[in-house]
Amino acid sequence: MAGPGADMQWCFSQVKGAIDDDVAEADIISTVEFNHTGELLATGDKGGRVVIFQQEIENKNQPQFRSEYNVYSTFQSHEPEFDYLKSLEIEEKINKIRWLPQKNAAQFLLSTNDKTIKLWKISERDKRPEGYNLKEEDGRYKDPNAITGLRVPVLIPMDLMVEASPRRVFANAHTYHINSISVNSDEETYLSADDLRINLWNLEITDRSFNIVDIKPANMEELTEVITAAEFHPLQCNTFVYSSSKGTIRLCDMRASALCDKHSKLFEEPEDPSNRSFFSEIISSISDVKFSHNGRYMMTRDYLSVKIWDLNMESRPVETYQVHEYLRSKLCSLYENDCIFDKFECCWNGNDSVVMTGSYNNFFRMFDRGQRRDVTLEASRENSKPMQVLKPRKVCAGGKRKKDEISVDSLDFNKKILHTAWHPQDNIIAVATTNNLYIFQDKVN
Amino acid sequence: MSATTAMEVNAEARRILAVSISKLYASRTQRGGLRLHRSLLLSMVMRSARDIYHSSRESEELWGAQPTSEEPMETGSCSGEQTVLPEPQPEPQPAMISAEPPSDEPDSEDEGCDGETAEDKENMSPTKQSRKRRGKAAAAPDFLPSKRARLEPGEERHAAPPGSCRAGAGESLIALSLNRVIPAF
Repeated sequence: MAGPGADMQWCFSQVKGAIDDDVAEADIISTVEFNHTGELLATGDKGGRVVIFQQEIENKNQPQFRSEYNVYSTFQSHEPEFDYLKSLEIEEKINKIRWLPQKNAAQFLLSTNDKTIKLWKISERDKRPEGYNLKEEDGRYKDPNAITGLRVPVLIPMDLMVEASPRRVFANAHTYHINSISVNSDEETYLSADDLRINLWNLEITDRSFNIVDIKPANMEELTEVITAAEFHPLQCNTFVYSSSKGTIRLCDMRASALCDKHSKLFEEPEDPSNRSFFSEIISSISDVKFSHNGRYMMTRDYLSVKIWDLNMESRPVETYQVHEYLRSKLCSLYENDCIFDKFECCWNGNDSVVMTGSYNNFFRMFDRGQRRDVTLEASRENSKPMQVLKPRKVCAGGKRKKDEISVDSLDFNKKILHTAWHPQDNIIAVATTNNLYIFQDKVN
Repeated sequence: MSATTAMEVNAEARRILAVSISKLYASRTQRGGLRLHRSLLLSMVMRSARDIYHSSRESEELWGAQPTSEEPMETGSCSGEQTVLPEPQPEPQPAMISAEPPSDEPDSEDEGCDGETAEDKENMSPTKQSRKRRGKAAAAPDFLPSKRARLEPGEERHAAPPGSCRAGAGESLIALSLNRVIPAF
C-alpha cells in the first residue's frame, strides 16, 4: 500500500445511484461495508434493500485503472412491519451490515433494521443440471410407466446467477432500537446492541440469545444515558466495547461474569469546562466506535471530533482530531434544524495509519495519524470525471474568505456524509452521500 | 450578570425550550416510534434550558427587573410561554451559550432535580391523562402552549401551590415533561 493518507492523491473512480436531485427516501443509503477481502462492497438503504458490488478482476493491460465495482446482487432484506401491541411501525431501514469471514464458496452477511437481524447467504450459481430422466423439461414428473431407462443429469454451464437467501432470522430480542451488530472473532457468535441492552447470539441459534449488558434503570425516569454503539474486539473473542450518549466507552470482558454490567475499563475524557453549553451533552454523545485492525486502539466519533484511544489508557484519548470545529458556534441552529442529532460514522484504513469520517456539504475528512496531517475532500458530481484528482477543500470559519474557500454559512447541511468505508487492504474508499455511493482510489503513479 | 444579559439569556432559554418541546411532540408521530436516544438528548437540553431560565430569572430579580413573567409562568409553564414569548424571532442569536451562568449551576441542577421528583409524583396523575389526550389531538403544534392552555384550565391551579415548589410552580410542568418523556416511550 502507498504512503501516508494525507499526502496521497485521491481520484474519482465511480459513482453509484440515481443522478437526479430528487432523492427518493427509500434510496437513502444507511450503511456501507466492505467484506474482509475488499472484493465485495455492501450498501443498505432506507427502503430495506441491500446492494452488493463486486470488484472486477484487475485489468492487467491498463494498470492505472484499478478494478471497478459492479453490481453483484440486490435483494430486499427487510420489509416494514407493524408492532400491533405497541401500535408502532417498524422501519425497514437497514441500520448495519456486517460481513462474516468467508468459510466456503458462499458469502454471508448480517443485516439489521431496528428490531430484527438476518443472516443472508449470497451464493453463485453458474451451472445447471440438464437431461433429467424422470422429469420433463418443465420439471413435471413423467409417468413412471413411460420410463424405460436411467440417465444421470449433467451439469452444463449457464450465465452466472447470484442468489441471496435468508438463512437465519434473529427476531424479538430487542425492545429498543438496534444500533449495532458485531461479529466475534470466534466466527460463531455475534452481538447486537440497542439503546439499553446488548445481546449475544450464536449464528446457528435463532430462538434465544444471551443478554450481556443491561443498563435499563429500574425507574425509567432515572435514565441518564443510552448505548450508542458496540463492537467486538477484532482479535480477543472475550472483549467488546460499547459507547454511550454521555461520551464514555466501556470495555467489557465476558469471562468476568455472565452479565457484563460492570465494565473492565471505562474510557472517559474530562469535559472542558470552557466549552460548556446547552448542547454539550448532545455533542459529546458518541455516534460510532471502531477498533483498529490491530486491536490496540479504538476510535470514537462524537459530533465535532474523532478521538483515538489506547486501550491501555482510560483517562483520555491519545489523539483528538477536530472534524468541523467551525460548527461549535452554530450549535443552536444545528439543534433547530436537527443536524445536531446526525450520527456520523468513522473508519480506519487497512494499516491503521489513517482514519476517515464524514461531514456536511458532502465533505469528508481524513486524518493521517503518523504525519499529523489532515485533508478535506468533497464527493460531488462536479468532480466525477474518471480518475479526476480530488482537490482538497477548505472551510473558512470567519474573517476574510480566501479564494477557493467555502464559508460556513454556505455549507449545505442537507448534504451530509454519515457513512464511509475503507478497503481492508488497498487505498480504495467508499463514501455515501444521501443517495449516491462514491468510490475513490489513490492515484497509481 | 447584568439585567440585559440575564434577559437575553432568559429569552434564549425560553426559545430553546419551545423548540425542544415541539421536537418532542413531533417525534411522537415519527415513523419507527419514539427514539429513546433522541428523547433523552432533547430532555437534557430542556433541562439545561430550564435551569438557565430560572437562574437567569433570579439574576433578573436581583437586578430589580420586573418579574412580569412570573404570573404567566404560574398558570402552567408552557401556556405561560405563549404570552411571554410573543415574538421570539427578532431576538438575536448570540453565542449566548458562552455567556451562560457560572459553573455552580450543575450543582443546583442536581438538587433541583431531586427536589422536583417528589413534587412531580404529586402532579403526575392529574396531568397524565391530559397528556394522553394531547398526544392524540395534537399533530405537531408549533407552539404547544396553545393546546395546553385549552386542555388544562384545571391543572393550572393544581400545579401551583406557590410557596411549596422549590424553584417556582411553572417549573414543575417542565420537569414533568422531562421526567415523563422516557416512560412515555
